[in-house]
Amino acid sequence: MELGPITRALLRNKLGVILIALQIAFTMTVIVNAVYIISDRAANMARPSGLDEANTFHISSIGYGNSFNESVVVDEDLNMIRQLPGVIDAMVTNQIPVSGSGSSSGYSLEPGRRDMLVPAAIYRVDDHFLEAMDLSLVAGVPFTPQQIVRRTPTDERQPTETILSQAMAESLYPDDWRQALNQNIYGPDGSALRVVGIVDRLQAPWPTFTYVENSMLTPEITLDNSTTYLVRTEPGYRDELMVEVEERLAAAPHQRILRNNQSLEYTRTESYRIDSLMTTILKVVIGTLMFITAMGIVGLAVFSINRRRKQIGTRRALGATRFSILRYFMTENLIISAAGVTLGAIMTVGFNMFLVQTFNMPRIDWFYAPIGMLALLLLGQLAVIGPARSAAGITPALATRSV
Amino acid sequence: MFMYYVRLAALSYRRNPILSSLMVLAVAVGVGAYMVVFTLNYVLGGDPIPHKSDQLYHIQFDYGDPDVVDFEPPPQLTYRDAVEMLEQSNDLRRTATSKFVAILEPPGNDLRPFFVNGRGSSADFFAMFDVPFQYGNAWDRASDDGQRQVVVLSQELNERLFGGADSVGETINMDGLVFTVIGVLDYWTPTPKFYDVNNGPIDIGEEAYIPWSLIAGQQLRRSGNTNCWAAPENSSFEAFLNAECAWVQFWVELPDQQTFDRYQNLVNNYVAQQREFGRMQFPVDKRLYDVNEWMVYNEVQPDETRILSALAAMLLAVCLLNTVGLLLSKFLGKSGEIGVRQALGAGKGSLFIQHTIEAGFIGALGGVLGLGVAAIGLEGIKILLGPEAPTQWITINFTVIAVTILLAIVSTIIAGLYPIWRACNINPAIHLKTQ
Repeated sequence: MELGPITRALLRNKLGVILIALQIAFTMTVIVNAVYIISDRAANMARPSGLDEANTFHISSIGYGNSFNESVVVDEDLNMIRQLPGVIDAMVTNQIPVSGSGSSSGYSLEPGRRDMLVPAAIYRVDDHFLEAMDLSLVAGVPFTPQQIVRRTPTDERQPTETILSQAMAESLYPDDWRQALNQNIYGPDGSALRVVGIVDRLQAPWPTFTYVENSMLTPEITLDNSTTYLVRTEPGYRDELMVEVEERLAAAPHQRILRNNQSLEYTRTESYRIDSLMTTILKVVIGTLMFITAMGIVGLAVFSINRRRKQIGTRRALGATRFSILRYFMTENLIISAAGVTLGAIMTVGFNMFLVQTFNMPRIDWFYAPIGMLALLLLGQLAVIGPARSAAGITPALATRSV
Repeated sequence: MFMYYVRLAALSYRRNPILSSLMVLAVAVGVGAYMVVFTLNYVLGGDPIPHKSDQLYHIQFDYGDPDVVDFEPPPQLTYRDAVEMLEQSNDLRRTATSKFVAILEPPGNDLRPFFVNGRGSSADFFAMFDVPFQYGNAWDRASDDGQRQVVVLSQELNERLFGGADSVGETINMDGLVFTVIGVLDYWTPTPKFYDVNNGPIDIGEEAYIPWSLIAGQQLRRSGNTNCWAAPENSSFEAFLNAECAWVQFWVELPDQQTFDRYQNLVNNYVAQQREFGRMQFPVDKRLYDVNEWMVYNEVQPDETRILSALAAMLLAVCLLNTVGLLLSKFLGKSGEIGVRQALGAGKGSLFIQHTIEAGFIGALGGVLGLGVAAIGLEGIKILLGPEAPTQWITINFTVIAVTILLAIVSTIIAGLYPIWRACNINPAIHLKTQ
């Protein structure tokens, strides 16, 4: 290898080297951090809610007028929906997972210990939630129809049982979540709920919530004229049932309006809209940068080859093979890129520290930087192949010409 | 002479079209991408009401429970504090305001009942935030106190209900209550929605505005955020109103320093007095925030656009480094021509001007193309934001156009400084010899 001559030749054109190396360093910083942000968001978006998302939709009904009796209408609606062919089950809930809106509270193992409250989303549901939400009970029993409390918002009666998500049980009993079963837990006002069951997984409605896996279910239908039905269907029936359910609800003789007839998949798309937007932008940035940097490498390589056409011709005339010319420029690029990615690795870590400190993002995994370095070395080699091949094509006869 | 150099620049572009186009493309991409992020930040990080943002203040009280770790005091007021502050700020423009939702039964039988997002506010709300009216006026303070059922419609809702006609005096039915239309707004959707950032900076605007006193008076269905740090005594609505539950935004207009000082005293005294009752035990750094401070305090500018700014700056850096390299190649590639010009008597000064103009020429082309890149980028973002998000604020305005072109030209010339300097210092003799 001609490392010595190549390096000495490079030192005669320091600026060209610095320009390419800096470009590679910046490109690496952006690309590696962008890939890391993308994978961070992708991991967030891939977290399952616990429901059968592909086959579930929800629709809200809001009654008005004095003749609207929500308690009667709820039974009538649910009976109708549950009997439709293709429906697995339907339920009433106060909030929809991943929708971004809902209610939460804190619960602790001892009454009055406000410092021990563990936050959780509160799903108020009826006794059909296991089938409709496709949850599996890992301990205890589901709610019975008799436990469902129907109450107006000002009613003093409160439900007395709860079912926890396993993550919530783990938050309360870090050593053994099974201990939560049959225990009483206490709300901020001191009211007690007995844990009758634990389900494997149910996410809170807010994707950015720190305690997103902490959820509780209580057997309760709140009669405030506003009802949300969650319907789970057999595979393939969802879209037609969304239309049919809305038509049938609208046809029933009640003063009400129907809103937000959405598949859970759509709800998820809306909730993660900013994340997927960010991901797309970053992908475009990565593609653009690789292109620009590659073009810059090509441009400067062509320039430096054109300036040295005579020398190349001379070398060829003195017996250098085409391959050794090719190897010369590939090696030259490798040296410049190596300098670039070394600086790039430092800048990548530095920029990541900035992201960690300013935006509370998790720190980058160690393997990102080496992989990024390899990727950029490869990009440089690919970019320089074309100009290097044309350099290798220079005829030895050139050495004898004056221009 | 200037035009001559521009012509030379164009000639030089044509002699080396691939290299030159590559430069234009690099400048366009770098500047275009930077402009996309600049536009987003310009709106989201900008001053939403520049001429009086330093006169409008939101109150932050010392809310919370000292026992709860990591508690962040909710940035809204409880009902009883809002009512009390309305009373104590009687001599100033002030508004308590919060969202509600209602079912609207349109007059006549043509339209089915539908859901509206509404806002309760005090009479001063419209004057404080310079809300533009198309027809009619805001209500007066007597209507606040008397809980008169009057409504101001948004332009869109007036269009939907009355076909855009002057509907002042008409009545509409919301949640079974009859409201008289007293005014219709002109188009008004400030971004960020600075007067209520509790549901994000680009939340959709409300369609119907009513006196805020009606929300409690008629027990309307509240929406927006509610944050309680102590449970209400019982389930009644009265208990909820008296509880430590924050759900009301409160703004006051303090036109000068003297009023500000007086008001700050008033707020501090109120907190001291409440503290004696055992309330407001959770000390805060600051109790009065003007609009821009409030935007920063509530972290209105999304992390995403801030991260993208940093990335866009680096993208621009790469593109400019690229331009430095390519300009260098280009200028040194025509050393022969420079040699001839020098031999014919061109001084360093005129060579400098010539090459600066050539760099500027490339920058200007890149800027124009960059505008296209920015337009495509913003259009793409609108599409990706989906049908439900308000996107009318994402537009290329005059500032963006001017900044884009200027940024492109200036940055290309700066990137060209070293290549220009090298071009001016070419030794003509060497290059003339080989000719």
